[in-house]
Amino acid sequence: MLAIKNLHVKLEEEDKVILKGVDLTVEAGKVHAIMGPNGSGKSTLSYVLSGRDGYEVTEGEASLDGEDLLDMDPEDRAAAGLFLAFQYPVEIPGVGNMTFLRTALNAQRKARGEAEMSAAEFLKFVREKAADLEISPEMLKRSVNVGFSGGEKKRNEILQMAVLAPKMCILDETDSGLDVDAMKLVADGVNALRDAGRGFLVITHYQRLLDHIKPDVVHIMADGRIIKTGGPELALEVEKNGYADLLKEAV
Amino acid sequence: MAVPARKIDMAEALLAAHPAPGGEAGWAASARAAAASRLRASGAPVRRDEYWRWTDPASLTAPAPTPAPLPEATAPVFAGVDALEVVIEDGRIVSAPEGMEGVEIATLADAMSRDIHWAKDLFGVLEANGQVPVTRPLAALNTAVATEGLAIRVTGKAPRPILLRGRRKSDSADAVLHHVIRLEPGAELTVLEDGGPGARVNALIEADVADDAALHLIRASGPEAERRGVWQLFARLGRESALKAFAIAAGGRLTRTEQVVELTGDDAAVHLAGACLGDGDDFTHDDTVFVIHDAERCESRQVFKKVLRGTAKGVFQGKILVKEGAQKTDGYQISQGLLLDERAEFLAKPELEIYADDVICSHGSTCGAADENALYYLRARGIPKREAESLLVLSFLGEAIEEIEDEDLAEILREQTAAWVKAGA
Repeated sequence: MLAIKNLHVKLEEEDKVILKGVDLTVEAGKVHAIMGPNGSGKSTLSYVLSGRDGYEVTEGEASLDGEDLLDMDPEDRAAAGLFLAFQYPVEIPGVGNMTFLRTALNAQRKARGEAEMSAAEFLKFVREKAADLEISPEMLKRSVNVGFSGGEKKRNEILQMAVLAPKMCILDETDSGLDVDAMKLVADGVNALRDAGRGFLVITHYQRLLDHIKPDVVHIMADGRIIKTGGPELALEVEKNGYADLLKEAV
Repeated sequence: MAVPARKIDMAEALLAAHPAPGGEAGWAASARAAAASRLRASGAPVRRDEYWRWTDPASLTAPAPTPAPLPEATAPVFAGVDALEVVIEDGRIVSAPEGMEGVEIATLADAMSRDIHWAKDLFGVLEANGQVPVTRPLAALNTAVATEGLAIRVTGKAPRPILLRGRRKSDSADAVLHHVIRLEPGAELTVLEDGGPGARVNALIEADVADDAALHLIRASGPEAERRGVWQLFARLGRESALKAFAIAAGGRLTRTEQVVELTGDDAAVHLAGACLGDGDDFTHDDTVFVIHDAERCESRQVFKKVLRGTAKGVFQGKILVKEGAQKTDGYQISQGLLLDERAEFLAKPELEIYADDVICSHGSTCGAADENALYYLRARGIPKREAESLLVLSFLGEAIEEIEDEDLAEILREQTAAWVKAGA
């Protein structure tokens, strides 16, 4: 589903190379996790895939179901089925959460040549999804992420994921800033979306999120490369021994 | 310092171009003459004047208006509102106004020919008070020559808003309008304005809001490429009274809204808000505000938001003066420019002058491009760039529209603004 080949990326404004040849394939129905120390390039990978400005791809490719992602605008990537749950969800004062969700869903539907959803249909649809994530109708009315707690922001990301039903979900440190209960709620939301047609890439520092969202494959990233790939046991190894041994091994 | 001869000559030319009305009552003739003297003393405004540095008054001081093509016919903004409608076409009141329960309405011409004591106490009086310390020559001109307008006296809660609907048939009508509004104690009134009353507009409202009364003024000017005008408000607020004024302009060339509000009774509140959608060359949208706190525990609030594209220019000059003894004043002021092009500019001059020691006054002014992070976030959810930008524009203006107390009217303006943004996108 998601195929990344030999991806090299540098910061546009300075000559700093961040990704130095990333190879990664996520199949439909699978959950891949990427772990790695700070500064290894995990978040950069998620930004580059979703189309954030400020990065330059100097080599390599990335595609979703065979479609070249790197040539598309961010909105086209979203319409093609890519979704990034942000590490730091952005606050947008004055734009109602509900308006935002409906505008996004209908923009994607329109881009795919599907019929738009009416306001009444949408209201019913989104309320059900919100209830599963314990998101109150009041939170839906508020401005996007404004005044939300850390946990509420992350739940709001998962709500967007549930509403937009993407093919490929990237979760960038969704566990950061969450207490155990909030993490469980978020993980339940993600798990509810797991199905044979959908791929996940879960980026995290810590193994604890992976207790709740069980990965099929775990990658270790360091200094802009995937240095090791294994099963869920790899995450446990990191939890026990840290990254130091793995980093030494890779040199 | 002597007033430059050029300014005086221009003032004379303006007075010559607008003959003073004859046949008025003695008090009215005196008020006209006094206003003409004020204009002659100050001279016409020029760019060298402190409060006209950023807005070129030349098109407002030319003896005749620059011809302005008629706007495309569109449904008026407040078409769906149940209101007492007064049509002002090319600067003339064409539909005879009638009163309603608790509201007496006369034309200005009628009021000026009779001896109506409240109108006599108001016409030209608040305008003259507002000439210090900064002269407002276009307001003096208005008082000296305006023949069209309304004299409105409100004694109770008006059952419906009064709607001033501007309409144009001529491309060169010079609309000079002067309204006097007196709210008796406890009275309430909403005045709405939509459409455009002329190719060039010099409009002035003098509002005397007595104790416990509330006046709401809401003006919406739709796209009219060549609109040029100055809209002036001089208001005096009594004890526990309220004035809430909001104005939005889409397009036009030059919009200057000048508001002078004096809080003279304790516990009064004034909220002034404004917004614009500006685009293209030679676009200037100017809000010049002077709020005077001269009583205790009064609240003043100013919220101005300007969306500027192309080489559009937004201007805000807002002053809060807290006089000695105006303790427990709560003053707030925010002005913001959203620059959607690198060549757009927003010029702001917030001023505070405080002579009381127990007050809260805060002011802020910001200016910048659309938030890149917010744009990326919206686009990452599948919202195309232009639509994402429009959402951010609407959210930016939303904070000004929120200042409108009546939720139905606020909603009309929200939808109208969204339609304007969409049409321009």
